Amino acid sequence: MTTTDNHTAHGVSLQVKGLRKSFDGQEVIKGIDFEVKPGEIFVIMGPSGSGKSVLLKHLIGLEAPDAGEILVNGEPVASGEIAAKFRVALVFQSGALLNSLTVGENVGLYLREHRLKPPEEIDRIVAEKLEAVGLKDTMDKMPSDLSGGMKKRVAIARALVIEPQLIFYDEPTSELDPLSSVVVGDEILHLNQRTGVTSLIVSHDRDLAFGIASRIAVIAEGRILTIGTPEQVKQNANPLVQKFLNADFKRKNENE
Amino acid sequence: MFKNVGEIVLLYWNTLLALPFAWRHRQKVFEQFFEIGNASLLMVCLLSFFIGAVIALQTGPVLVERSLGSAVGGVVGIAIAKELAPVMMAILIAGRIGSAMAAEIGSMRVYQEIDALRTMNIDPIQYLVLPRLLAMAAALPLLVIFSILVGWFGGAVVAEANSHMGIPYETFFSDLRSIVDTGDVANGVFKSFCFANIIGVISCHQGLVTLGGPRGIGRSVTKAVVNSIVVIVIFDYILTRILLK
Repeated sequence: MTTTDNHTAHGVSLQVKGLRKSFDGQEVIKGIDFEVKPGEIFVIMGPSGSGKSVLLKHLIGLEAPDAGEILVNGEPVASGEIAAKFRVALVFQSGALLNSLTVGENVGLYLREHRLKPPEEIDRIVAEKLEAVGLKDTMDKMPSDLSGGMKKRVAIARALVIEPQLIFYDEPTSELDPLSSVVVGDEILHLNQRTGVTSLIVSHDRDLAFGIASRIAVIAEGRILTIGTPEQVKQNANPLVQKFLNADFKRKNENE
Repeated sequence: MFKNVGEIVLLYWNTLLALPFAWRHRQKVFEQFFEIGNASLLMVCLLSFFIGAVIALQTGPVLVERSLGSAVGGVVGIAIAKELAPVMMAILIAGRIGSAMAAEIGSMRVYQEIDALRTMNIDPIQYLVLPRLLAMAAALPLLVIFSILVGWFGGAVVAEANSHMGIPYETFFSDLRSIVDTGDVANGVFKSFCFANIIGVISCHQGLVTLGGPRGIGRSVTKAVVNSIVVIVIFDYILTRILLK
């Protein structure tokens, strides 16, 4: 990690140009271009299998594209380099907490492994971040003792510790009840307002997207269908976009 | 297969390059070391005693019959120190510890914990592979020294108690000392150090390349153990040939 201090984050810009990726001859990402401005909450929405998760893996450097490039603050970032060049955090869909470590050890892992702070300072930061996500009494618990929503909030706390310039969320509200979804959504929003971090969320949760996004991109079959503010996306005439945004249960429509 | 061999060699090389960071991870090395010792000591003791006993039982009566009773201690001593203790302990540790390493790292891979480490710019080789390999390389030779001593004792007990031999302890160990020297024990310990590296790197590699869910983890565990044993047996011949006086 080139940046060794742990100061307040300032968002960076993210640009994706002509990104393409195939697996076993099947093209999953078919030329994606978009830009996320510093400090923005950018939500990528789309149905399951639309290429959202593959796109996210490229952005975080866990996959290398066949073509195209990713620029952070205008600087091209090769696959796998992004975490070394910028303070980047990813909140995994599952939380991806290390099951052999306690919640406190998970949250403090980044600081401890990079030796950024003395142990007492790490304990203080961990307690502070856990309190920020409403989990101050869970420090000594194991991840297996937590519910799905709590795991996600711990994962957010772990991301907060990095003081990221860019934070990715993979389906942050999936498998959560509506109340927990709101708590997690509020947390993302507060973090963004407090630190100015650039946030990119991959989700198919329409409530979350229209509730907190600065801009939304709708992706289907490996292509971006539309990008705009929540209002612009709502008004987009593309039938696939409308079908995705207005999907609802049949019986409810019949009753109406 | 060649891809796997290439990946394993590369992983081993990258782990060696991470050696300067070993002190930083000493706590994890110690935890793994304790885990290996704790999980294996009793088993090593039991296995070694009976290996020594059975070697004495197989060779002793034949040698005594031909008036070569003074060679029993030496035969048991050499067989255990140079061959049986290092190989049998390596196979035991591959099954007991290598499988656990492959399962743990494999499960971390499947449940995205390794991806999480990468996104925090924490090198999985430094964090996961290096401590395990170091602990294994330190623990197996120590277990083998222990195994040699227990194996000799097992042989001595049978040599004394068996009616076809009846060799007293003093005679057994004096014969053993006249044939087995420190170099022979060092030979076995060196082999075990090589086997420890083989088990460590193969098991960690299998964990890191695990795909799929629980079935993938199961497959990795089986592969880690089977591949480790096959490579240990092949390297046993190569090392024996190289170390032959």
